[in-house]
Amino acid sequence: MGWFGKIRADADAEKRSVDEGLWRKCDECGEARLAEEFAKNLQVCPACGYHYQLDAPGWVNLILDPSSFVERDPDLVAADPLAFKDQKGYRDRSRASRKKTGFGEAMLSGDGKIRDRDVSVGFFVFQFMGGSMGSVVGEKVARVFERAAERRCPAIIFNASGGARMQEGVYSLMQMAKTSAAIARLRATGQPYISVLLNPTTGGVAASFAFLGDVIVAEPKALIGFAGPRVIEQTIRQKLPEGFQRSEFLVDHGMVDFIAPRHEMRSRLALLLDHLAG
Amino acid sequence: MQTQYLDFERPLVELEQQIDELKQVAGPGVLFAEEIGRLEERARKLQIEIFNDLDAWQKVQLSRHPNRPYMLDYVERLMTDFIELHGDRLHGEDRAIVAGLAKFGDRRVMVIGHQKGRNTKENLVRNFGMANPEGYRKARRLFQLADRFGLPILTLIDTPGAYPGIGAEERGQAEAIAQCLVTMAALKVPVIATVIGEGGSGGALALGVANRVLMLEYAIYSVISPEGCASILWKDQSKAAEAARQLRITAADLHRFGLVDAVIEEPAGGAHRDYEATARKVGAAIGGYLDSLSGMTPDELVGDRYDKFRAMGVFETAK
Ligand SMILES: [Zn+2]
Repeated sequence: MGWFGKIRADADAEKRSVDEGLWRKCDECGEARLAEEFAKNLQVCPACGYHYQLDAPGWVNLILDPSSFVERDPDLVAADPLAFKDQKGYRDRSRASRKKTGFGEAMLSGDGKIRDRDVSVGFFVFQFMGGSMGSVVGEKVARVFERAAERRCPAIIFNASGGARMQEGVYSLMQMAKTSAAIARLRATGQPYISVLLNPTTGGVAASFAFLGDVIVAEPKALIGFAGPRVIEQTIRQKLPEGFQRSEFLVDHGMVDFIAPRHEMRSRLALLLDHLAG
Repeated sequence: MQTQYLDFERPLVELEQQIDELKQVAGPGVLFAEEIGRLEERARKLQIEIFNDLDAWQKVQLSRHPNRPYMLDYVERLMTDFIELHGDRLHGEDRAIVAGLAKFGDRRVMVIGHQKGRNTKENLVRNFGMANPEGYRKARRLFQLADRFGLPILTLIDTPGAYPGIGAEERGQAEAIAQCLVTMAALKVPVIATVIGEGGSGGALALGVANRVLMLEYAIYSVISPEGCASILWKDQSKAAEAARQLRITAADLHRFGLVDAVIEEPAGGAHRDYEATARKVGAAIGGYLDSLSGMTPDELVGDRYDKFRAMGVFETAK
């Protein structure tokens, strides 16, 4: 629980300075509202309903029963198996991200309860290097599934990731195989896994556990896909259609079970678990 | 097939052309024999010189060499009674992935791999080996078919990556790849994957969750193309060679990390210079590993695969 209180305070402080005081303008509808209104409204625009990112502790508070969350594996941090260096060394980058976010890595995972039901959960920390998946994220996600299998309880992952952690090369690619194999084992126990797709969910995370949920739920207007829109545009040299790769588009193409607004997410998940886990 | 060559192969290829011309002039006699011998010796030394010290970027180019043997070149040389099976039974047939039943020695197997085209016309059909969701769904269907009939699965990996297009996204590229991963993880038959050229990211791994993963010496396996990595991290595509080095995508590096089980040595000058010898070595390696897996029970095979990928990853514990 160490990261937790700290990150909230930091995030709040940052928001105040970014918003030049108390006002915050919505990029989607242009309305200016008190920043406090956004915060109270779970980072959903009070005017137009656009869903801005909610941080991982915010999700813990929203979804899990009060004080039920026990963080697991908080001390796993990135190594640097390739000795990777672009303009900056990978060790410096991950250290800077730990400092900036207050999190050890791009995944906050643990055990909790939803309406008194045990769940094994993982929440991406998008602010940590774009929620990219390296060895630590892969390990934590695999352990979420393994704990669900051991404890005979459902697993839920809240995905928000740009994809693989390039700085870990093929180690990062192999996390897709590792996590998917863990899901195969969980399935054998008969426990459900629910995948929640937040904005954005792309790349190697999308192409592994994010799309392997027994049920797949998305937030409104989240960007979801395999390739990023820029890569696709460069490849086909065409403008992409309006709404392409957004949650509503995925529902229309049969790729997501349903969209749940943030305010309803907890009750929808609770109902799903009632149906699937009895 | 039109012979093409890479920049760093040029001195060698030119010398060889010189030798050929001299041989033609000389005819069957002993004319120029000494000169020819001398040039051949020089060519041999030059080849060793060039290929002994290849950097990562040169290996990337070799892995993409237009004359490199492709999936079907191996099927033709290593297997008999091949019967291709088409379609995903859902939407379409994707010819960037080829799959079928075959005999490998006296074994019945399922063989599945990416297939690139040799020329523009072929690449219209093969899409440069970049599969759409239908390709992965065909692969998955046939993984399951092999599983039902107890057939060992041999995959041959050679793709720049899964195709990034509008249709691919509409039809669930991410889901199609993810389903391959979870399906492969649970297969109760031996699976051997061989990276024969480009192992491009998730589109490669979709055929790569195997009990044993082998790589040709000049094949590459990467989480992102060096060009893509360079443009994201260096904001400069021309840094691709540097990205290739940093990403550790060569067979030698990945073997050292324990991420691939074996490196299959290529003939002098690379696989494209001797298809027969390359295929023989690939066949011998696959055969050996199939033998070593043949004593395992179905559950042991699943467990073996699980343990292998479960152990992949390097991290630290903060104090
Ligand atoms: Zn708004």
